[in-house]
Amino acid sequence: MKPSSLLPPLLALTLAPLLLGIIARTKAVVAGRVGPPLLQPYYDVAKLTRKGAVYSQTSTWIFRTGPVVGLAAVTLATALVPFGSSSALLAFPGDVILFTYLLALTRFVTVLAALDTGSSFEGMGASREVTFAALAEPALLLGLAAVARRTGNLSLSGMVSHATLAVWRQGTPTLALVAAALLVVFLAENGRIPVDDPTTHLELTMLHEVMVLDHGGPDLALILYGSTVKLWLLGALLVGVLPLHGGDPWLSSAAAIAAMGALAVITGLIESSMARLRLIHVPKLLVGAGVLSVLALLLGWR
Amino acid sequence: MVILALAILTLGGCAALGVRSVRWSTFLGVASAVAGCLTGLIPAGRVLLGAPTQSLRAPWDVPYGAFVVAVDPLSAFFLLPIFGLSALAAVYGGQYLLAYRSEKALGVSWFFFNLLVASMALVVVARNAILFLVAWETMALASFFLVTMRDDDANVREAGLTYLLASHFGTAFLLALFVMLGGGASSLDFDHLTVGSHAGLLFILAAVGFGTKAGFVPLHVWLPEAHPAAPSHVSAVMSGVMIKTGIYGLLRTLTFLGPLPYWAGWSLIAMGVTSGVFGVLSALAQRDLKRLLAYSSVENIGIVALGLGLGLVGLRAGFAPLTVLGFGGALLHVLNHALFKALLFLGAGAVLHSTKTRDIEELGGLLKRMPWTGVLFLIGAAAIAGLPPLNGFVSEFLIYAGAFTAAVSLGNEAAGPALAAIAALALIGGLAIACFAKAFGAVFLGEPRGNHAAYVHEQGWAMQAPMVLLAATCVLIGVLSRPLVGHLAPVLEQVTALPGSTVHEALGPVTGVLGSITLGAFGLLALVGIVIAVQRTALAGKPLAAGPTWDCGYALPSSRMQYTASSFTQPLTDLFGPLLGTRRHFSAPRGFFPQAASFTTESPDFYREGFYAPLFAGVQKGLSAFRWLQHGRIQLYVLQIALTLLVLLLWKLAQP
Repeated sequence: MKPSSLLPPLLALTLAPLLLGIIARTKAVVAGRVGPPLLQPYYDVAKLTRKGAVYSQTSTWIFRTGPVVGLAAVTLATALVPFGSSSALLAFPGDVILFTYLLALTRFVTVLAALDTGSSFEGMGASREVTFAALAEPALLLGLAAVARRTGNLSLSGMVSHATLAVWRQGTPTLALVAAALLVVFLAENGRIPVDDPTTHLELTMLHEVMVLDHGGPDLALILYGSTVKLWLLGALLVGVLPLHGGDPWLSSAAAIAAMGALAVITGLIESSMARLRLIHVPKLLVGAGVLSVLALLLGWR
Repeated sequence: MVILALAILTLGGCAALGVRSVRWSTFLGVASAVAGCLTGLIPAGRVLLGAPTQSLRAPWDVPYGAFVVAVDPLSAFFLLPIFGLSALAAVYGGQYLLAYRSEKALGVSWFFFNLLVASMALVVVARNAILFLVAWETMALASFFLVTMRDDDANVREAGLTYLLASHFGTAFLLALFVMLGGGASSLDFDHLTVGSHAGLLFILAAVGFGTKAGFVPLHVWLPEAHPAAPSHVSAVMSGVMIKTGIYGLLRTLTFLGPLPYWAGWSLIAMGVTSGVFGVLSALAQRDLKRLLAYSSVENIGIVALGLGLGLVGLRAGFAPLTVLGFGGALLHVLNHALFKALLFLGAGAVLHSTKTRDIEELGGLLKRMPWTGVLFLIGAAAIAGLPPLNGFVSEFLIYAGAFTAAVSLGNEAAGPALAAIAALALIGGLAIACFAKAFGAVFLGEPRGNHAAYVHEQGWAMQAPMVLLAATCVLIGVLSRPLVGHLAPVLEQVTALPGSTVHEALGPVTGVLGSITLGAFGLLALVGIVIAVQRTALAGKPLAAGPTWDCGYALPSSRMQYTASSFTQPLTDLFGPLLGTRRHFSAPRGFFPQAASFTTESPDFYREGFYAPLFAGVQKGLSAFRWLQHGRIQLYVLQIALTLLVLLLWKLAQP
């Protein structure tokens, strides 16, 4: 284990809420508003931890454990994703599978906590979440399989460190298609437009926000913080595929951080420029991402 | 030693049959089952830990070979779940069956249960085709009588009949298989079987024959009928281990057949993809808890088939890492599925026992009323959905890792199917999470949806202790996969016929990776502890209030307004509707003051409705032309027999 491997988890755990701040600020600027401070998500988390909680009489310990296990799983996932030129803390062949299933664990406990309240709204959100996730998972894994095949590497750190400019020159279409598929997965898994609108709670079309409707106080803080970490991780995966590293380690880390910021700005621009898709069209988008991954694989056929 | 175990099981079963008192027959049945299973576990464990193969050969009067049994690593690996699970199921069943004591003779049930366990064990130790087939048939018949225990219910009789038919359909292929294998020699002992030039045909016969027992789509139709009909501890044994004898048979046949062409591996992968995706989709659409679990067995057998197929492709390509990961993942998944599926069936049995219903839409809120069953069912559900840090994740990980290895290092003929396997596993994984979130959420969370679930209580220790043990094993295998996987080496050597050094060399990196996963599992547990501490600290001294679930301003929420299990899965079942053949019956409300409106959906088995029903209808139609032969007059029957004999006699005389 190299000391530099501590960098990716540290960055993820400290800078993740900032991404939300950048997205919100971008949307405000585009809409001609001043917008909340960049650090608002940190303030929100801090505010929520100071509050008490209200628990539904219907709910059980599942409701209280959901946010805990969810945050623990994404925190462990920070140890699996490399960043810049630093390899991950826990890198082994097939770590991408553990990564995917840790996100699945987060989803499973969130869904169960939602069902624990017995509320129809949360049931709907949970139902949509599992539907869309089942379609996003093949897109993610096939896309990463395409990168693995292209770079000849089975661990995320290996894939990322081999996705250099030289490899991109040989296989631009493959890697660009994978990057596009990963962008869709990034937006879908984090509940951003065009799959979900994170700014409202009560519209019946909601996914993620409606599942956590009954959570409050420190529990909601855990959920909010966990979802920013997940946003960071999927973003880091996308950024990792881009040819931003090689050469000086500090420079590549700085480039990766800048790329994360740019990704947040792009997300904000996407959210400002388009509406959420109708729910029945979301599966098409996700299957489309899967098709992009398959195309990437076919292009790399040998 | 195994023979001793079999003797204890059979004698105990007979004794239970002979005793009239309910208490004594239960006691004898359970005690002999447990004693027999524990005795049988000793040689199995010893062989797996490295003791040499034990065998016994005795001459008998049956032609074609001798009475040969042996415990080699492959047999021992399958004996482990057979004996282990059956013992636990017997303890559970001792209490479970008492509910039927006024209606049924429990001694009969115990007789067949012990016979089933003994015949399953004999199937995996038999080394003579005739002995094997006799054990195979005994297993089918014993389980048939267990399935039809509640034969006063027409559905149960129907399920039993389907099972009997399917079972014999499979056995017909096995007969052909063994006749062809034994054709070259005069003996049907497994050592003397010869393959000749028909390895491909033999592989197809084995895949169909054993695939029927294992439940490969489209040969699975008996499974969702028979497993829910049986008493729950029998469902656990049938779904957990009996269908695995099909996998055992396939593996045993592979050891005879030698090298196989690529299409053998491809066809197993194709079968795995179909079974896995179709199984989990059908499971999603069910509202009968035990039927859901039965379909999920089809899904898991599909995952096992994916592993086997990848292993075969690896063998053909001469790439040991893929071979070891494929077969190793498949074997481990056989064991893991036995554990968590039995756990889930026993949990479903406890729910059924308390609430008297298997309909998910009638249940809800059971976690508060049956806290232990709830936690144990949750562990089983998370394990079967393949979530870390439980055992289901480890075996699925091995199969995934094999597919990724093939996709990166091998040519198209191996990488193509491997990528299909990755896509299928990812889809199955996502759908399985939806399926078991539904199963656990609708049964145990929220508020009761009917009176069935409202006034219930926990079951006794005899039904809970086996579940606790099963859940603990699920966690242990998940956390300690690294030291365990080494014990697969002798089994893998036998199945793949690779030299030991190659297997060990290929297992080396796998052990390293599993070490990382073990580390990850402990890390996860530690992080959960830390976050709980954070949550506690944050909540300490703060006002904690309890109130109703927030319902967006509506004042009188009722439990009937909860999201139902069918609604929960509706987006997915709609999306995959063409694969499921879901039918909707909808009468819309009409007018300003609608009187009646209704909406129901049903998801009958696609293959049963679309393929078998027309097929059997056709057969019936074709054969009804001969119905005039069956007129019921004895004199004419006698005449027919006499005429037939006469014709045969003349035919014989006419021959030179």
